[in-house]
Amino acid sequence: MAVNKDMNVLIVDDYNTMLRIIKNLLKQLGFANVDEAMDGQQAFKKVQEKKYGLIISDWNMEPMTGLELLQAVRGSGESFAKTPFIMVTAESKTENVIAAKKAGVDNYIVKPFNAETLKTKMVSVIGEFE
Amino acid sequence: MSHAYKKDDVLKIINSVIEKVGKGGDTSKDSIYRELSELQTIIQETRQGMAVPEASDITDTHIPVATDELDAVIESTAEATGAIMDACEMIEERAAQIGGEQGDAISAQITKIYEACSFQDITGQRITKVVGALKSIEIKVGALMGALEQGTQGQAAPAEPVKDEGEASLLNGPQLPGGGISQADIDKLLEDF
Repeated sequence: MAVNKDMNVLIVDDYNTMLRIIKNLLKQLGFANVDEAMDGQQAFKKVQEKKYGLIISDWNMEPMTGLELLQAVRGSGESFAKTPFIMVTAESKTENVIAAKKAGVDNYIVKPFNAETLKTKMVSVIGEFE
Repeated sequence: MSHAYKKDDVLKIINSVIEKVGKGGDTSKDSIYRELSELQTIIQETRQGMAVPEASDITDTHIPVATDELDAVIESTAEATGAIMDACEMIEERAAQIGGEQGDAISAQITKIYEACSFQDITGQRITKVVGALKSIEIKVGALMGALEQGTQGQAAPAEPVKDEGEASLLNGPQLPGGGISQADIDKLLEDF
């Protein structure tokens, strides 16, 4: 089943530049309903208020990290607990990937990345959308 | 204000003391005591000279200026990247109006610019790491200066803060080439998990 590109996507990063990059790349891929958050805390509030089809989050943010956001979402017991979650981060050590996977991440992109990588990982998580 | 003693002055005093001690009873204890006191003054002033003001410049000026400069680099690159992206977004709108092969070709190049703009995020994180290292050096130099000023030789600098064994130990920022694993390695790791 084709993915509905009208779904809401939440992107989380403490660097405004990265938010703009991801937002523009998503726009090119046809996803126009994109919300932004600057850290995990802001993001978790949005997740509680609105239904998202995908969360794309950085890891290293304050006061709430991307890993803490992932744990909060997965451990919430709410309807949004299974929201597809892609971590996009400069943290590129094996232990990071393992920790994220254990917390329930669906895919992991290491920065810097290109548009093709973002698209490939999105397809693997939410399905084909062409 | 400290007096700049020359090595020759110190040697002269030491030789004089040795000579007087060698002569035994002919030399008064007061005379030897005066020269040893002078030697002690030289040592103390030299030690103070090491601590103040040159060493304090490191914590009072050099490191704060360096960290401010690095913060300014982050700010400038963020502004520049913002301007580049503003322009890209406008070009992309025009490309959509043009449409067809030409429009697609322009959009493809704009995508490459977006990808390249992620340098600002990576450099920002790297600079933040350097600022953290400089602040750590500042604390250690400050502790060393404190020890020198008090004349308590051998006083240890504060212990390295114990790194949180939890998530904090996972936050290391961008790695140098060879320091982390590649996207392909990550993909394989996730497949095997």
